[in-house]
Amino acid sequence: MSAVADTHSQEHHHGPASGITRWLFTTNHKDIGTMYLIFSFTMFLLGGSMAMVIRAELFQPGLQIVQPEFFNQMTTMHGLIMVFGAVMPAFVGLANWMLPLMIGAPDMALPRMNNWSFWLLPCAFLILVSTLFMQGGAPNFGWTFYAPLSTTYGPPSTTFFIFAVHIMGISSIMGAINVIATILNLRAPGMTLMKMPLFVWTWLITAFLLIAVMPVLAGVVTMMLMDIHFGTSFFDASGGGDPVLFQHVFWFFGHPEVYIMILPAFGAISHIVSAFSRKPLFGYASMVYAVGAIALLSFVVWAHHMFTVGVPLTGQLFFMYATMLIAVPTGVKVFNWVATMFRGSLTFEAPMLFAVAFIVLFTIGGFSGLMLAIAPADFQYHDTYFVVAHFHYVLVPGAIFGIFASAYFWLPKWTGHMYDETLAKTHFWLSFVGMNLAFFPMHFLGLAGMPRRIPDYALQFADFNMVSSIGAFLFGATQILFLFIVVKCVRGGEKAPAKPWEGAEGLEWTVPSPAPYHTFATPPEVK
Amino acid sequence: MRVQTKRALPVVAVAGVAIPSVSLAEWTINMSPGVTESSNQIFDLHMTILGICVAIGVVVFGVMFWSIIAHRKSRGHKPANFHENTVVEILWTIIPFAILVAMAIPATATLIDMYDASDAGVDIKVTGYQWRWQYEYVDEEFSFFSNLTTPTDQIQNRQAKDKNYLLEVDNPVKVPVGEKVRFLLTSNDVIHSWWVPALGVKKDAIPGFINEAWARIDEPGIYRGQCTELCGKGHGFMPIVVEAVPQEEYQTWVADQRAAAERERELTQKDWTRDELMERGESVYNTVCAACHQPDGSGSPPAFPALRGSAIATGDINAHTDIVVNGVSGTAMQAFGEQLSEVELAAVITYERNAWGNDTGDMVSPKEIMEYMSE
Repeated sequence: MSAVADTHSQEHHHGPASGITRWLFTTNHKDIGTMYLIFSFTMFLLGGSMAMVIRAELFQPGLQIVQPEFFNQMTTMHGLIMVFGAVMPAFVGLANWMLPLMIGAPDMALPRMNNWSFWLLPCAFLILVSTLFMQGGAPNFGWTFYAPLSTTYGPPSTTFFIFAVHIMGISSIMGAINVIATILNLRAPGMTLMKMPLFVWTWLITAFLLIAVMPVLAGVVTMMLMDIHFGTSFFDASGGGDPVLFQHVFWFFGHPEVYIMILPAFGAISHIVSAFSRKPLFGYASMVYAVGAIALLSFVVWAHHMFTVGVPLTGQLFFMYATMLIAVPTGVKVFNWVATMFRGSLTFEAPMLFAVAFIVLFTIGGFSGLMLAIAPADFQYHDTYFVVAHFHYVLVPGAIFGIFASAYFWLPKWTGHMYDETLAKTHFWLSFVGMNLAFFPMHFLGLAGMPRRIPDYALQFADFNMVSSIGAFLFGATQILFLFIVVKCVRGGEKAPAKPWEGAEGLEWTVPSPAPYHTFATPPEVK
Repeated sequence: MRVQTKRALPVVAVAGVAIPSVSLAEWTINMSPGVTESSNQIFDLHMTILGICVAIGVVVFGVMFWSIIAHRKSRGHKPANFHENTVVEILWTIIPFAILVAMAIPATATLIDMYDASDAGVDIKVTGYQWRWQYEYVDEEFSFFSNLTTPTDQIQNRQAKDKNYLLEVDNPVKVPVGEKVRFLLTSNDVIHSWWVPALGVKKDAIPGFINEAWARIDEPGIYRGQCTELCGKGHGFMPIVVEAVPQEEYQTWVADQRAAAERERELTQKDWTRDELMERGESVYNTVCAACHQPDGSGSPPAFPALRGSAIATGDINAHTDIVVNGVSGTAMQAFGEQLSEVELAAVITYERNAWGNDTGDMVSPKEIMEYMSE
């Protein structure tokens, strides 16, 4: 791989504009990536503070802090903000920063659209968050917004929620188009598809998933809008509709959506595990095929979220088998990571700590996913805290730890400084302990029979709920430390070399740290 | 205190005794096998899958932690450079697949069993309402609502919580032991889900559609469950209590219920005084209306308007009756004409017009309601 060419001469006449216009009008992938990441972290804190309200209410049986109406608004907004505001934009931010650097492109293929897809997001979330202050309150029907609770019985703010989802959807689709256009057109000479870094591969597949399912989400919220305001009855049996239709359409979006939130993390983790094991990834090709297989399977498993709605027996069996099959490619990925670590030369800097925790804890989430796939057993797990435990295990140590690992891995490239390793390790261990304390007992609660989305619970659930709340407070408070570490790293610290990690591979490490405002004006040659 | 006296379940002998909540809590960490064949099968499946997952986890994490401990750079371990091994990669694709097939076989058998609701001896139609359950014994011509009986004071922490906090109802659904009972599930408003863990039954109650589930309970007892589909603000407050009793006791109970239903129908023809209606109305109001409009009629606007001093409860009585009987479309106000008897409707309307200082002095009799409904 060749070194970066000619970036210094570029810097003089193509630096960033100054003042607020730099950020408003920027078409630079690094600026936009930074904005996505800042936005995502802001939403993470906002959604997290809602989780703190939820856990504070559930600290003890009885209603102490909030009333059920507001509790339901908190669970709903927490879910929506974390999924659409924190996790998805974080990965788009990473994609913006890293894809051009990884494939040797000067920028994203569609830079102006890139600007627009970012700036739509704050607008969408301003609308969504403003519903909290509206009469009747924010959406209170869960992030899955099942009809008719969200249509006939929804609060007046539902219309604003629908509008916000439309805007987020447009933003995501444009982001995905941009990713595909960039990867397919702007790769450096010599970088064939099967030479692309895995983060690029996983993002390419994720982008196709986004394009496939975001319109379905837009469709389902539009049907809701029609039911609410224009007298249609898509989801109302008394007008010839079917509330279950809502769930089919929603989960046709919703299941691929969960892979949208995890596949890019798979890619990043693959780089990190390989770098800190000082050993090439065990099976590059099988990793690519596994991600492809997971993406394809994700389209035919949606009804496993609906095992209790009364799907006919044959349908139930099909969705059970298809869901179980996902364990095969997911297993391949986990085995590959473990085989990559095996007989490596391992060190445990913060990115590696998060990556190892990712592998272990995501696998635990995968195991509970496999248990949930068994339809008869799902009758007992469904809509209990077991499910809450499951998806928090795949999303918190999965998606979120994946994002933290990526952030620590690439922070030196972004800022030109090394972050404070001691603080970062502290961040990891507090997050690790807090997260497990918060979510592991939820398995027990679910198996003991505690339904999800309840503001108050029977007495036999009291002890584990208290443990879980304490863990959640610890995890939540720890994230302030992350903010501090990043700010400290941006403001100064040990100078980072172009390649701060001994075992790291890839074009992004060939440009100086911090990466100049413009990189790869002349494409590098990949052999 | 009304609530306290209705709690006749033997398990709750300690009712009213103040016990700190934490001392009652348990560190239960696993599913319980339950009391039906289905729930036992589910439990076995659960334990098998859990066992397989733990075994795989031990192997995979074992290799991983061995690397973490032994293959550290700080111990001077030099990296190997191997990658890609077709045999290994095929093996770790095929072996998990075989394990999955082994899991799918018993799961399929159990599922087929659970889907066979034929030849049931008792049919109970279960209807979800915001936020209570109605049980209709299809062949026996009686039905009743099952409401949470946990007092608000306990929920708001003004009173010590009882053992069955949030899991206690006024009218449990009774079923005979040893007989296949079929549940026909539907809903009157939003989607609810009827779950009793000990029975291994969880099925959604969907407005406009009927789902079926069944259970054959082996041993007499009281089995508790909850609604498991978010259904609004009262979602956490609509428990299910199933009381499985021996066949003879069940038959006696059914006969009593039929007779009581007959008496209720006769009550419509009786001449009621305003005080009688007020007394009956208060109890109807507290079980049916108070969840939204609040026990003191103050409501929680804007979704649930106040009744105290409201234009509707103190204005035209026919308009008031119309709203209670037919509901208000597009809002959470349901049509109670189908849910309540004429006596209950008359009583609750009379109550709303005279309680909390509304003092209109009006009353409406069950007969008038019957005429109104037949128009």
